[in-house]
Amino acid sequence: MSGTNSPILELNAISQAYDNQLVVKDLSLTLEAGEIGCLLGASGCGKTTVLRTIAGFEPLLQGEIQIAGEVVSCSGKMLSPAKRRIGMVFQDYALFPHLTIFDNVAFGLRGIGRVESLRRVNEALELVGLYAEHKKYPHEISGGQQQRVALARALAPRPALLLMDEPFSNLDVSLRERLSMEVRDILKENGTTALFVTHNQYEAFAVADRIGVMAGGEILQWDSAHNLYHQPVSPRVARFVGEGELIAGVISAAGELTTGLGLLRGNLDDTRPIGSTVQLLVRPEDVVHNDESLLKAEVLRRNFRGASILYHLLLQSGDRVQALVPSHCDHQPGEKIGILPDVRHLVTFPCLPGDGCS
Amino acid sequence: MPIPGSHSAGGLLQGSGRRIRWLSGWQWVVLLIALLVLMPLSVLFLAWLEPAWDIWRHLQQTLLSRLLLNTFQLLIGVSIGTLLLGVGLAWLTGACDFPGRRHFSWTLLLPLAMPTYVLAFVFLGLFDFSGPVQTQLRTWFGPGVWLPEMRSAGGVILVMTLALYPYIYLLSRNAFRTQGKRALEAAQSLSCSPMAGFFRVVLPMARPWIAGGTALVLMEVLADFGAVSIFNYDTFTTGIYKAWFGFFSLPAAAQLSSLLVVLVFGLIVLEQKLRKRMRFSQSRLTPQAERIQLHGWSKWGATAACSAVLGIAFVLPTLQLLRWTLSIFHQEFNRRYLDLLGHSLQLGLSAALLIVTVALLIVYSGRRHNDRLTRLLIRISTLGYALPGTVLAVGIFIPLAGLDNLLIDLARSLFGIEMRPLLQGTVFVMLLAYLIRFMAAGFKSIDSAMHRVTDNIDEASRLMGLRGLRLLWRIYLPMLRGGIFTALTLIFVDVMKEMPITLMTRPFGWDTLAVKIYELTSEGEWERAALPALTLLLSGLIPIVLLMRGTDD
Repeated sequence: MSGTNSPILELNAISQAYDNQLVVKDLSLTLEAGEIGCLLGASGCGKTTVLRTIAGFEPLLQGEIQIAGEVVSCSGKMLSPAKRRIGMVFQDYALFPHLTIFDNVAFGLRGIGRVESLRRVNEALELVGLYAEHKKYPHEISGGQQQRVALARALAPRPALLLMDEPFSNLDVSLRERLSMEVRDILKENGTTALFVTHNQYEAFAVADRIGVMAGGEILQWDSAHNLYHQPVSPRVARFVGEGELIAGVISAAGELTTGLGLLRGNLDDTRPIGSTVQLLVRPEDVVHNDESLLKAEVLRRNFRGASILYHLLLQSGDRVQALVPSHCDHQPGEKIGILPDVRHLVTFPCLPGDGCS
Repeated sequence: MPIPGSHSAGGLLQGSGRRIRWLSGWQWVVLLIALLVLMPLSVLFLAWLEPAWDIWRHLQQTLLSRLLLNTFQLLIGVSIGTLLLGVGLAWLTGACDFPGRRHFSWTLLLPLAMPTYVLAFVFLGLFDFSGPVQTQLRTWFGPGVWLPEMRSAGGVILVMTLALYPYIYLLSRNAFRTQGKRALEAAQSLSCSPMAGFFRVVLPMARPWIAGGTALVLMEVLADFGAVSIFNYDTFTTGIYKAWFGFFSLPAAAQLSSLLVVLVFGLIVLEQKLRKRMRFSQSRLTPQAERIQLHGWSKWGATAACSAVLGIAFVLPTLQLLRWTLSIFHQEFNRRYLDLLGHSLQLGLSAALLIVTVALLIVYSGRRHNDRLTRLLIRISTLGYALPGTVLAVGIFIPLAGLDNLLIDLARSLFGIEMRPLLQGTVFVMLLAYLIRFMAAGFKSIDSAMHRVTDNIDEASRLMGLRGLRLLWRIYLPMLRGGIFTALTLIFVDVMKEMPITLMTRPFGWDTLAVKIYELTSEGEWERAALPALTLLLSGLIPIVLLMRGTDD
């Protein structure tokens, strides 16, 4: 499917409201064939509403939704979910408890003949590695297996688009990580176009090609995981994705920034005039521990993470930064430690009143 | 799980294996009750040793085919009716949302408070040829207008459907409640239309609960005596009554009873089979599943449907009872009524206390001994709910009368004394029959409360040296208080409403409200039956209120 170029999913400025309150505002996005998209946001940001609207469970207030070139929702029109060529993995999986795994997966296959249907079920079950369990009932298999059955059931009818609602939230943490990578492999192997929603950024990173960070019913940034982390478009995205702090800085020359961490040189995209005050994003890995360094910072808090320790540091300038340091460098709160900035890419934002920069 | 030191008293019994095991004191109690349940059953089947051919010939010529036909007609008609009403209303109030849903959700249970025979005579009084409705219609449309005959198979089916649909409603509503709209959405995401999804997913997912409710309904239909006798609609139960009190042939009554028992147990086996084939647990879903919002006409249609059922099955008959009661209150509210009420209350209370005590012992015994033998004995002990009252009356009376005769003979031959019957014509016979019939109600309430006493609580108290009766008294009883209270109420009300056992085995002068209703309605005295009926209706509301408290919304 990688050869085609037409978008599989297109949302054009869709809006959605409950009880006269807008929960989705003018939201647009596009998914190409074979792409995995993700809507990432805190609960209540409207991400699940978007998913349910695409599935056809909720009517649209404004805008237009196209799936595989066909308009399925616009104001006044709403194609029934059954006719949208979508597959859906529900948060609680919604497996049918009265049917075996096999019958669950076969449920959506009708009108294609017994032989073809059998072949597709087997194919789907093999894809998720659960062929051996096909005679069991949903309550007889583990949560991780149930999740994969839900995936197989949604994939078996070969939908144009797969939707997944918080697909990993019912699993325990260790399983979550393993399964999210597995699911990505399965979708990629199958060439499936998929959109899922989650509140967990590590799931989004692990599975998605493109991630939309959502807040207040809007997409703040629609981008790859790498870009979201390294080139956030706003302080909000920067705070939501990954760790780190924003500290004040002044553009002292072209490509130079004076901050509480000293003079920083690097790849600076900021076109504001020299002398402007800006905010600089400092990720924990941008601050390196070095006992020789003259730049000292006080340890405020420490968070032991096994291989490394995350230190919350107070700079002499009064700014706070975080530093991710190998855990053999063991310091206690109150100690002063030497640090060096190692900021390759200077991500800056305009300094707005109320942001706390001077 | 055998607990060291629990093998205190006991005797020998052949276990399921080759091993011979000791029964503890607790197990003896269960064994005793199990034998008590088996006694009437075996008596009924032993009655075939001397078949009452002359009466059977008579039955065969006149009654038997009609009796069988009527019974099956009733079973089929009522199951279709209660399934439509019960499942439909349960899905609406369980999975959907529409105006008034919260209220209907529990008010639709109210018909449970109305004994079937009360609904039966109110409907006859209202809709019969000489009743106000048909009279009014004839004055409007002329005397030649065709109106359906109430006193017919259709009439009985209608009354029983309206009285019994809550069993299916109650059980399947919980199933639909946990489904919410998710199941239907999942089906839709797999290209099912909502209608197809309803039949392929929503209904099959609730099937075990629907089947359970239907089995209960059918048992009630087979056991019903009051409603069918008011309608003069002969079924097995009225046949049994007639064989005993019309032909004065206990053997014939016993033989008819045994046929009915076969039917009932056929039903139980069928239900167990259905359940076993579909033993799946509801996935650990949130109980607060989202509901389907109904819009437009379907929203008001749902409200109208619920109002109509509630109106016909409960509001209308209650109002009619009130009207009748008001018109006769000054002459019927008298010494006689208070006597009847007193008898009903006394019987209800003493039966409730007796049954709850025995149920407690059984539950505790099941807790202490979780082996196959004990489980089997407990199952047998609680099987009596399936035995129709008429059947039990016959099955209890025969052996007790035999025992009486034996005692009289013994007294005469050994001591030369002429003894009067000890047991016949005493309240003891009734209580014994109640004990068998209503044991399940007591057992279930207390047993489900017992699940709250976890094994850890048990072990903690044992570590502190509590055992046996002291453990029961200090830990279990306080924790089981709620369950015991529920059991007492349920049994009390069931006994108050009970008709055939009381009618057939009551001692002289022990008429109750239910018996009075039987006597009055068999003479067509609807108005005079209204006061006792209203009293029973009020008492029947108590467990409904308890039930409401137990449901979330």
